[in-house]
Amino acid sequence: MPTTLFEKIWNAHLIAETSGAGLLLLDRILLHERTGGVALQSLREAGHRVANPARVFATMDHVVDTRPGRNSGALGKSANPFIEVTRREARGAGIRLFDIDDDRQGIVHVISPELGIVLPGLTLVCPDSHTGTQGAFGALAWGIGSTEAEHALATQTLRVPKPGTMRVWVEGSLQRAVTAKDLALHLIGMLGSAGSRGFVVEFAGPAVRKLDLEARMTLCNMATELAAFAAIIAPDEATFEYLRGRPFAPAADLFDRAMRDWQELHSDPDARFDLEIQVNASEVRPMVTWGTNPQDALPIDAAVPEYSAVAGRVSRPAYERALSYMGLKAGQRLEELPVDGAFIGACTNSRLSDLRRAAMILEGRRVAPGVRAICVPGSTSVKRLAEAEGLASVFERAGFEWRESGCSLCFFAGGESFAPGQRIVSSTNRNFEGRQGPQTRTHLASPETVAASAIAGHVADPRQGLD
Amino acid sequence: MPQPFAELTAVAAVLLRENIDTDAIIPSREIRAVAKTGLADGLFANWRYLPGRGRTPDPEFVLNKPACQGSRILITGENLGCGSSREQAVWALAEYGFRVLIAPSFNTIFHRNCVRNGLLPTRLDSEAIARLAAWVIEDPQRHRPLVSLANQRIVAGGDSWPFEIAAEAREALLEGLGELEQTLKLAGRIAAFQAADQLRRPWAYEVGSPNGDDLND
Ligand code: SF4
Repeated sequence: MPTTLFEKIWNAHLIAETSGAGLLLLDRILLHERTGGVALQSLREAGHRVANPARVFATMDHVVDTRPGRNSGALGKSANPFIEVTRREARGAGIRLFDIDDDRQGIVHVISPELGIVLPGLTLVCPDSHTGTQGAFGALAWGIGSTEAEHALATQTLRVPKPGTMRVWVEGSLQRAVTAKDLALHLIGMLGSAGSRGFVVEFAGPAVRKLDLEARMTLCNMATELAAFAAIIAPDEATFEYLRGRPFAPAADLFDRAMRDWQELHSDPDARFDLEIQVNASEVRPMVTWGTNPQDALPIDAAVPEYSAVAGRVSRPAYERALSYMGLKAGQRLEELPVDGAFIGACTNSRLSDLRRAAMILEGRRVAPGVRAICVPGSTSVKRLAEAEGLASVFERAGFEWRESGCSLCFFAGGESFAPGQRIVSSTNRNFEGRQGPQTRTHLASPETVAASAIAGHVADPRQGLD
Repeated sequence: MPQPFAELTAVAAVLLRENIDTDAIIPSREIRAVAKTGLADGLFANWRYLPGRGRTPDPEFVLNKPACQGSRILITGENLGCGSSREQAVWALAEYGFRVLIAPSFNTIFHRNCVRNGLLPTRLDSEAIARLAAWVIEDPQRHRPLVSLANQRIVAGGDSWPFEIAAEAREALLEGLGELEQTLKLAGRIAAFQAADQLRRPWAYEVGSPNGDDLND
């Protein structure tokens, strides 16, 4: 029977079936200090052991200080216990921890591929909702809760209700200065924030094949905002090239053997999906959000919608609440919105290629007066590489703060934030109320658009920045 | 281990907003300790307390209304629990006293977290929710819905609606089963599966590292 890529991985990991759920073997478990420490601690307190510490990896990313010259602590006293508990518990359990001063430290979804921890065909979980990012490598990777993490750590398995299958087929190719982020926002705008609920979304088609691995990660990252169970892209030569030689990837001979197996990891030609969607990448324009949900995404040259345009999707009170929170009126042109902040970073868009593309726009230009612009590389490795090839100085000369790696201002955990009422163009993945600080107003966009907007001082089309 | 759930009649709080995300349920800055408790106070903090006024309750917010004191059922709009996977959202709701959530739809991770913590997530369609909410709001202290998991029904005033819940979730909630204890009983089967799998996919098991094994260094 023809099967989908997801089903192939599911079947290869299925230990047992119980009423509607599968008991799945897990190949990799990733932890970060915000949710991992508590899972390890309560597991130990309940008298259980980590079943296979060698297949578990932990990093510090969520609440670490990202200001230049940071020490080994957190940003803000309240966050210190998360770091300390994770350090203590990881050591006690014999788990590899990429601590703050480790060369391999970084945002969990950035470092896992960098280090070759994620591989095609693996099952991988992390108590973090954007774990699906790693599906870009043809792994089944999904986010779990803390109690599930305890189960995963103690048994190397999880009980999972079987998700449905959805394929998003992307024809054509993206235009200049239009990126995987714009494609993702386009899809979320089209399908809504619950458009993939309960599904594993496979991204496929010629436009997806043309994306490099970092862009594929951006696309899969944003599938979380479609409420997908996971996102996945079939591995190909580009995937194998990316992974070969990475520290935790299989070494030479074993890699070749694995690759023969990985080449079979694709959906069969007549495999059936529960839901199929087609889009044309050529029609996608640079996108930006106007509201407090990623589904509030529009082409950058659009205006804040009237209620009638979104009536099928949200109630009037929710729409009005979003407008008032964002300080907007229907009919206002998005491109004219003045910005106070610009943020490039997060597991969505903080990899080397993201920084390179933003730097092309920033080269020889200056951030507009009054705009606070910040770039936070996704990993210590990305930071070093960016410094070595001169990107860091492009950012700094343009007036960007150049930071140490971590989640940083992607989300507000009581440490640093933009100021109340400030309008921020951000390369992150969530524009929820208060996400980047109390009363902050976040507009999601690609790194190019963030860079162009920082320079213009208002939301700006990156295509003009390149002329 | 979660407490078994069979049936509950209790005061309900109505918060008919869509897309209530986990950061709204428990703002990140309210998660101060590496613990599953101490979170109830931060529940809905951004809505519950007046901005910039510390812990001064916002009288307009539903949980602060005298009529809603002692709420154990929460009725909301769709896509409840979207956003970050933080389980603290569920711990905070449970610690505050909620046992039942009623919404047209739930975020998947949030839904799983609820079941694992003995919190019953029930799906009703928006029309039923509107009726239920209208009835509750008339007099929350007296108009207490009955939620029966055994019968998969919600009874409110003259209405009675069946609700959907997956068989596994229902079983787990009814019996208050800890999944981990259940799975640990299958240790032999898991080990046998891995032994066979390791021959097929050795690369999934041999987790290399740059300079030999750096565990515990
Ligand atoms: S960068 Fe943001 S979205 Fe990504 S893992 Fe960190 S906090 Fe979550």
